[in-house]
Amino acid sequence: MSVLKLAINSADHHAGNVKADITLVEYGDFQCPYCRRAHPLVKRLLKEKGEVLHFVFRNFPLREIHPHAYISAVTAEAAGKQGKFWQMHDLIFENQDKLSKTYLLSLAELMRLDLTKFAKDSTSEEIRKKIETDFESGIRSGVNGTPTFFLNNYRISTYDETYESLLDAVQLESEMKLKS
Amino acid sequence: MILSKGNTAPNFALFAKTDQKLSLDDLKGLPVILAFYPADWSPVCGDQMSLYNETLPLFNKFNAQLIGISVDSKWCHKAFAESRNLHFPLLSDFEPKGAISKLYGAYNEADGASKRALFVIDEQGIIQWSYLSPDNINPGADGILDALEKNGSLKY
Repeated sequence: MSVLKLAINSADHHAGNVKADITLVEYGDFQCPYCRRAHPLVKRLLKEKGEVLHFVFRNFPLREIHPHAYISAVTAEAAGKQGKFWQMHDLIFENQDKLSKTYLLSLAELMRLDLTKFAKDSTSEEIRKKIETDFESGIRSGVNGTPTFFLNNYRISTYDETYESLLDAVQLESEMKLKS
Repeated sequence: MILSKGNTAPNFALFAKTDQKLSLDDLKGLPVILAFYPADWSPVCGDQMSLYNETLPLFNKFNAQLIGISVDSKWCHKAFAESRNLHFPLLSDFEPKGAISKLYGAYNEADGASKRALFVIDEQGIIQWSYLSPDNINPGADGILDALEKNGSLKY
């Protein structure tokens, strides 16, 4: 069974309740159609279970088959430097069919980001390293495609692109937590 | 049974490009990752060869050379590699069909295709790690990196 090799840390992007007993980690690629399909499922899960669930998104861009995956990851990370990672994350997935460098910049404008800072952060070593670390931690944890989910450090092998498969995994984990 | 740790890796000379063969002997002195797989054009996004393509920088840290092998023809490999921007060689175990896969114990007679099997071969040509995955499961790259780490060939 695949185990998450890099512990949740302060460089990660957190949603839901960071103090919850249950942490869901997604390794995702902004240009991957399967990740786009998973996006509303995670949003719904956070809406319904956000009080008991901590969600973390890590980058796993497959750059050679998805030419806009990396620049999208950079854009989301740079927005994160202005406290708007999740807004950008959502907008990118919701507009996946439009992705291009120009379009991503227009999203930054739309969100009224400080564009000078955004441009500087987009080429920073820190963001390049963050994405590289995300990817490497995914590979070392046995991620073999996107999206891959880990629930409390163990890979969810039952995810089948349905909301129920995610919800069931979360509920099973909360029942186990209650028992222990 | 696929060949396991301690076995000498059988040599091969197979087409890596449409006009050029690659042999294991050419790679002596480097750790080699052999990834046998059933067929080009796997339908899923993030298939095994595309994943390994993205993992090349991590394999490079160990100086390791990655090689994919299937029974697809060299022309099929060429089209596949171009479509996925693959930056490592795909070898054609095409004629006689599956001969090298058989030597490694990684041939599925019923399907007439290579199994999904991984081998990490050290600088002296000895298999240090092998793994057989079910045909429909992409084994990822974590096992390969663990084996390379154990082999101790980290550059920096």
